[in-house]
Amino acid sequence: MNIIICVKQVPDTSEVRIDPVTNNLVRDGVKSIVNPFDMYAIEEGLRLKEKFGGKVTVLTMGPPQAEAALREAISLGCDEAVLVSDRAFAGSDTLATSYTLSKAIEKIKDYDLIICGKQAIDGDTAQVGPGIAATLDIPQINYVRKVEEIKDQTITAERVTEEGYEVIQSTLPCLLTVVKEINNPRLPSLKGKMKAKSAVIQVWSAADIAAAEDRIGLKGSPTWVLNIFTPPPKPRGKIFEGEAQNSVNQLVESLKGIIH
Amino acid sequence: MSGITVYKDKCTGCSLCAKACPFDAITMVDKKPVIDLDKCTLCSSCVEACRKFGAVEIIRTTTQTPDIEKYKGVWVFAQQRKGVVQPVTYELLGKARELADKLKVDVTCVLLGHNIKDKAQDLIFRGADKVYVVDHPKLEHLLEEPYARIVSNLIRKHRPEIFLCPATSVGRSVISRVAVQLRVGLTADCTGLDVNVDERYLMQTRPAFGGSIMATILSKHHRPQLATVRHKVMKEASADPSRKGVIEVVEFDNTFFISRTKVLNVVDEVTSTVNIGEANIIVAGGRAMGGKENFKMLEDLAKVLNGAVGASRAAVDEGWVPYSHQVGQTGKTVCPTIYIACGISGQIQHLVGMQSSDVIIAINRDPAAPIFNVANYGIVGDVFEIVPLLTKRFQEVL
Repeated sequence: MNIIICVKQVPDTSEVRIDPVTNNLVRDGVKSIVNPFDMYAIEEGLRLKEKFGGKVTVLTMGPPQAEAALREAISLGCDEAVLVSDRAFAGSDTLATSYTLSKAIEKIKDYDLIICGKQAIDGDTAQVGPGIAATLDIPQINYVRKVEEIKDQTITAERVTEEGYEVIQSTLPCLLTVVKEINNPRLPSLKGKMKAKSAVIQVWSAADIAAAEDRIGLKGSPTWVLNIFTPPPKPRGKIFEGEAQNSVNQLVESLKGIIH
Repeated sequence: MSGITVYKDKCTGCSLCAKACPFDAITMVDKKPVIDLDKCTLCSSCVEACRKFGAVEIIRTTTQTPDIEKYKGVWVFAQQRKGVVQPVTYELLGKARELADKLKVDVTCVLLGHNIKDKAQDLIFRGADKVYVVDHPKLEHLLEEPYARIVSNLIRKHRPEIFLCPATSVGRSVISRVAVQLRVGLTADCTGLDVNVDERYLMQTRPAFGGSIMATILSKHHRPQLATVRHKVMKEASADPSRKGVIEVVEFDNTFFISRTKVLNVVDEVTSTVNIGEANIIVAGGRAMGGKENFKMLEDLAKVLNGAVGASRAAVDEGWVPYSHQVGQTGKTVCPTIYIACGISGQIQHLVGMQSSDVIIAINRDPAAPIFNVANYGIVGDVFEIVPLLTKRFQEVL
């Protein structure tokens, strides 16, 4: 079973602050992490490999420093890593990103399963996973919380819905996006960390993956950001302190127009 | 050549562009901006900041949808589940009607499912001028492949300029495939939509970084402009039984219904409370609740308010509440009318999942807890004392 895991390097939101004076996002000194949802994708890939054998390849698109995310994945047990990196990719929206990653996946070849986190915490779009499946024209199961069975070139998995879950069966190859519930990611072993240090990361350019010039970066992106703004900060609310019953009565009185 | 250009002759060296850059990609060298192309995502924040001087420009030589002016009308994907049209559809119809009236075009709904023909009339009452119904046993459950294939086909044939879809797990799965098949732009999770009437493009506003920042996204040169819209943000269209419209049942041949995935089972996990994504009022508990048994008092409060129970990651990790109730970065993003945070300190990962709620009420013993910074109302005190009193008081007045 050959598995490809797609990951994204994102800023650690727990360290992102809003500058109270300029009202801008302060990213200075914010460290980059592997998108938390992708950690579940990596873990699931490793577990399936342990069960069925095969190889786990981790793939990302990003600037040269995104290599760190791939080394982290290797420290956890991924076998190979590919960084797709080229200035020509700058300005890529989800459509161009899906295309670029798909071209890299076609170059990796021989895969049974592609696993992605359900979404990245910086953009929150949840579009790239399904976008890759559509570009490669393979089936997808989104929001997977459990892989029940893999046999005879089919996979059975539970997909989380707003109301509960559905049991879905798909032929392989297939793309999964996974939710947090699926597993508890492991920590890297010392041996893994050593391996990650010396691992060779393959870096592929737009030419290496034979990407069409009009489908990548700005040119291949139908959407763009007109502007980014910080929502106006909320004025400090009404906080009641002191005797409990009194506070409760005041609160309920304040909510009269809202709860009825 | 597409990309970012700095016109040094127009630059006054004010450094507003460097301050506006969300990615720290601009440094001022000799009072002129130097852009680090490895960091720059071409997001246009600097262009916006320099509007007065026009010293930064991003040139987009993007492709364009052929015959772009022939694309007319606003479409809505009607989401049904087990043959019932989901309320989020009516919210989208309300918005679609408003946009269509500005553009002076029709609103069309696409309704896919099995035994759902009779549901189309209600969509007309709620603001649609036309409904395309595709009724087939293979469409009973949502399967991405046939759903996307059919939607793409209808779009190619009828050329709408805007297509709105609910930002539900179902909506996101299908429409992402449609966007790739049509090679057009898709903007996820919009909370604000408006149109530029002269140039007929959609201005799509969405939160990023869990709501810490907002971004307005355009897709000027491609049609249709696809957007998924968050639940509970737009106002639901009310039904007007005197409205008239056209219902057209569309047939497709069997190749359209081929799917490599199939649904083996649909399970509703009915808990004591309603789905937190749908709830108008959420009563959520955190670590300070101390144990599973204490969530009973939150359920009691939720019951009086006809709301649902949510939880912070800490409470879920302790095993007090199932994961399906988790609010926050690794759980659900919610935007109810009222969010009552009980014994939740308000770490950023929790705040990003609930800060778009209309009214936030915090109950916490620590007056310095960050949750009070986002709260519209707060009570400083012991949750175990306050919550039962609150339940009792609401029982008296409601």
